[in-house]
Amino acid sequence: MKLSLSRVVSGCRLGTLTNLGKNGVQTMELPGCLLYTKTGSPPHLTHDTLQAIEGVPAVVQLTLSTLVELHEVLEEYKAGIGKFIGMPESVLYCSLHDSSTPCPPGYNSNKTVSIWGYGGRMEMTASKFMSMQRALQPDWLQCLSDGDTISGETSRKRAKKSVDRSLSFLDECLQLQEKSPELQGSMMVGVIEGGDVLEERLRSARETAKRPVGGFLLDGFQGQAMAKETKLKLMASVTAELPEDKPRLIHGIGKPDEVLECIERGVDVFESFFPYQVTERGCALSFSYDYNPDPEAAVLEQNGIQDAGKNGIEKDINETSKADPEITSFEIFLKEKRYRDDFGPLVHGCTCYCCQNHSRAYVHHLLVTNELLASVLLMMHNFQHYFSFFHSIRDALRDDRLDQLKELIFRQAL
Amino acid sequence: TSATVSGPALSLRVVAECGLSKARACELWLPHGPVLSPVFMPVGTQGTMKGITARQLEGLGCRICLGNTYHLGMRPGPELIKQANGLHGFMNWQQNLLTDSGGFQMVSLVELSEVTEEGVRFRSPYDGEEILLTPEKSIEIQNALGSDIMMQLDDVVSSTLTGPRVEEAMYRSIRWLDRCIAANSRPDKQNLFAIIQGGLDPALRTKCLEEMMQRDVPGFAIGGLSGGEAKDHFWRVVTLSTDRLPREKPRYLMGVGYATDLVVCVALGCDMFDCVFPTRTARFGSALVPWGSLPVKNKQFAKDFRPIDENCDCPTCHRYSRAFLHALFRSETAAMHLLTVHNIAYQLNLMRSIRESIVEQRFLQFVRDFMRTMYSGQERYPLWAVEALASVNITLE
Repeated sequence: MKLSLSRVVSGCRLGTLTNLGKNGVQTMELPGCLLYTKTGSPPHLTHDTLQAIEGVPAVVQLTLSTLVELHEVLEEYKAGIGKFIGMPESVLYCSLHDSSTPCPPGYNSNKTVSIWGYGGRMEMTASKFMSMQRALQPDWLQCLSDGDTISGETSRKRAKKSVDRSLSFLDECLQLQEKSPELQGSMMVGVIEGGDVLEERLRSARETAKRPVGGFLLDGFQGQAMAKETKLKLMASVTAELPEDKPRLIHGIGKPDEVLECIERGVDVFESFFPYQVTERGCALSFSYDYNPDPEAAVLEQNGIQDAGKNGIEKDINETSKADPEITSFEIFLKEKRYRDDFGPLVHGCTCYCCQNHSRAYVHHLLVTNELLASVLLMMHNFQHYFSFFHSIRDALRDDRLDQLKELIFRQAL
Repeated sequence: TSATVSGPALSLRVVAECGLSKARACELWLPHGPVLSPVFMPVGTQGTMKGITARQLEGLGCRICLGNTYHLGMRPGPELIKQANGLHGFMNWQQNLLTDSGGFQMVSLVELSEVTEEGVRFRSPYDGEEILLTPEKSIEIQNALGSDIMMQLDDVVSSTLTGPRVEEAMYRSIRWLDRCIAANSRPDKQNLFAIIQGGLDPALRTKCLEEMMQRDVPGFAIGGLSGGEAKDHFWRVVTLSTDRLPREKPRYLMGVGYATDLVVCVALGCDMFDCVFPTRTARFGSALVPWGSLPVKNKQFAKDFRPIDENCDCPTCHRYSRAFLHALFRSETAAMHLLTVHNIAYQLNLMRSIRESIVEQRFLQFVRDFMRTMYSGQERYPLWAVEALASVNITLE
């Protein structure tokens, strides 16, 4: 794998990862996102419906938590998770946890990390973890790490532990990797911990960077525990310690404004669980990322922004379905009565399968009648919208229009 | 042979007939394109084929599917669908659509429904309002939906019911047919099919056939079956009907979808079928195969790395194993969609194979091969199927 940076603008890195995957021919543009999956499948989608989405990322994210129960099955299968899930050609990254389901705190120890599979909690030692990875054979893997610093107040002691444990796990896993023929082509992603303690963060970054890892995961920045100021300052401090020629990943960050903030602080790779969460609450991403609109499109975009801005504001006495409290200003809630006879697409100008073929009224109907197709169509739209957003970030960096894009996105962040 | 125009919106061409049995292969020309029969029509109740897109469904070769007047009449309602350019426009399905009348759902789904000469009175489960579905209202809704084939509102009674109610329902269905014909405001664009009733009583069925065949309708359905009656009675009613129904008009056997039933009823002269079974069983984790069904969500498939059916060329079998589907089924809707795709492919492939064998004059051999694969052992052949097939000169070895 090789990372080539074409430019750095206001801290944002624009570049390309090349020589990816088992055949070494895949590439990924940075900044970019991964394709989010559960149990190895993009939620609600089959291969055919996935193919109908434009801009699907080259790198697929698997989560150990949704795959851990398949350990025995995969050991017998032998050919690796990519083939098992029907994605033999994709580049695969295996993370520990699934960002859409936060882990309960307090279950890690010096020798174990707990992950929550469908059958419940499983304690992973480095040995068990690597055994699982040998059965999976991913292209990239997040090293076993202790990121249990995101709930409530984290003491210095706990922050220090997260760094110590994660470094210990890293060394042990790297050793085990050396002895594993199945994992010779796999790249270890070193995990940077340290909670909200600057010293620990710097120590973690420097020490992790000394190991032969192929990339870095900035962990522990998920959730609401850290104040935004602190979070962003720490992020910048961490990436300043990292080599330029290796990708920086982050988990748990999905909202467009937060994505931009992280990119400005040297992060390259994001997850795409956010469009999934939007789908699950019956919503469609509607925010504009078109920093170059023609006047007509600008009017439509403005309407779109107004739609999103009005979420839940209309007090309809008969409204039996309430929007999820997590709903953001970047999306519209299709179950609202006003969409019942709205025959326009989810988002004007969107070229996704749903917007090209169906109306807001139809999706509204599917949601009201609890039909499975609602999630399929929303997932297709939301993924495509999100992938297009990342495309526009790269365009903006290339065209020196980052400020316009930022202004547009932050205007919609309310 | 040339096509017979059965109505302004339908013509049928008998392409081939099995020399032995009553099986035939036809071309059915409808407003939204040709349909090759024998045909299985998947059921897309609420304007969606459950988790699969219109494009996927079309890609599997489906050219006609069902929507339900009762469900769509409730939500989102006929006015909205009319605004959306009919059900075709609303769900963006450009192939053919058949809608039932709403009669069956009302009786089977809803408590406290009351049937009078006027229509069916019931309480809406969505807002508690009292609703009266008359033949006129049913046709009005179906006209708004714009389906290529509409079904008359019939007086539906359970197939296991006996006594005077059965006869009453049969005669009422005839009267309701006339009311439906009168109410159809778009006979040039939408075909209204009659539904033969009469329970399991040959005399009543014959009477119904005689009467309904005097009406000018482009097609006929055999209704009131597939409701738990003995198979032995079932097939005799089917064959009695096809003996009398006109050759040049399509015969639609409602509610039939199990593979064996399809094969036998094609032999008995039926052209069109619908059933929720294949799509429903997919959502419950079962894959249909030529030798029965595989409950992939069962433990036994956890390490079975073969596709559902090695000889199936559907997108699911092309890419995924039983083991993966098993793993996925536990938590992901995608598993249901993958099985739905396969089961629809199975049904459509089955009908295609049946049709090809009729066209190529080898239907007899097809039936024998089919039964052998499905039942692995002649002692296992269902007696009713053996007898039904024998009645049309198809003997299994």
